[in-house]
Amino acid sequence: MPDTLMPSAADRLALMVNGEARAVAPGTSVTDLLAEIGLAERKVAVERNLEIVPRSQYATTILCAGDAIEIVHFIGGG
Amino acid sequence: MPDDIKMPVATDDSWEVAGRRFNSRLIVGTGRYKTLKQTGESIRASGAEIVTVAVRRVNLSDATAPMLQDFVSPKDYTYLPNTAGCHTAQEAVRTLRLAREAGGWNLVKLEVLGPPPYLYPDMAGTFEAAAALLEDGFEVMVYCADDPVAAKRLEEMGCVAIMPLGAPIGSGMGVVNPYMIRSIKQNAKVPVLVDAGIGTASEAAFAMELGCDAVLLNSAIAHAQDPVKMAVAMKHAVIAGREAFLAGRMPRDYRADASSPMSGLIR
Repeated sequence: MPDTLMPSAADRLALMVNGEARAVAPGTSVTDLLAEIGLAERKVAVERNLEIVPRSQYATTILCAGDAIEIVHFIGGG
Repeated sequence: MPDDIKMPVATDDSWEVAGRRFNSRLIVGTGRYKTLKQTGESIRASGAEIVTVAVRRVNLSDATAPMLQDFVSPKDYTYLPNTAGCHTAQEAVRTLRLAREAGGWNLVKLEVLGPPPYLYPDMAGTFEAAAALLEDGFEVMVYCADDPVAAKRLEEMGCVAIMPLGAPIGSGMGVVNPYMIRSIKQNAKVPVLVDAGIGTASEAAFAMELGCDAVLLNSAIAHAQDPVKMAVAMKHAVIAGREAFLAGRMPRDYRADASSPMSGLIR
């Protein structure tokens, strides 16, 4: 692929985040995704295709088309 | 506050679960309050040191919405993540693995629930989840049926606290099977807590009078007309019930036994 080719909308990766369809740019990491949504890393946990993503691997975990991502946090409960 | 009026109860009679020591014998849930502010105020008033929390999806459309941690800081309270809403062992284990990643600790409350309207503990699912969690290094405080055989088995598996229900979750029916709660406590070498069903202060005191190590409740405070006031009541109820248990109650008798001396009566 020529390196002058900029990613277009069609190149964006379709994935599911918390059950909602979402598209991200190729190369997006978990860190990037959290920043895009506006979430503080230390307050959430992330699961990718039913596997926990350790916080230490957020930056190096690159999202793929079709990924199912869950982002959770603590809320009030009994 | 001067030393001479400090209440000795809380510090002299602490309890331990999974190697952690606590002064308050009241554990409170953080759900069902009108606002997060009310949650924080009520929990502070309860004197609790451990709070249960649920694990849920973040709101993607409003990531700046206030979070529980902003009102009930994990620096001030030991968070006890629960598996509320989980009806299978798989869901419960998945939830608590996420909780561990979010919070970084192993102490958890396991509950695997049967169907509405009672949400009675699903013990087959509970055993399955407990085994998986213990294998994975969790310290499991387990919500369970008021069944002494099941309770003992959970303890033998390695659960760090046994938490039979007093009555169904959120029912406010109190401790409906005190005989079995008492027998579970008598047989246990780990802490036994009444979890769920408490509706008002006298019921929390009653659970403690049975010899329970602590009480876990949520709705009784959150759904009171004045949650902060009820939180204070619960704090005192648990202390009162514990003290009464330690004091040893007088025997029951169908006949009267006059308190005032019968000698020296005027004639």
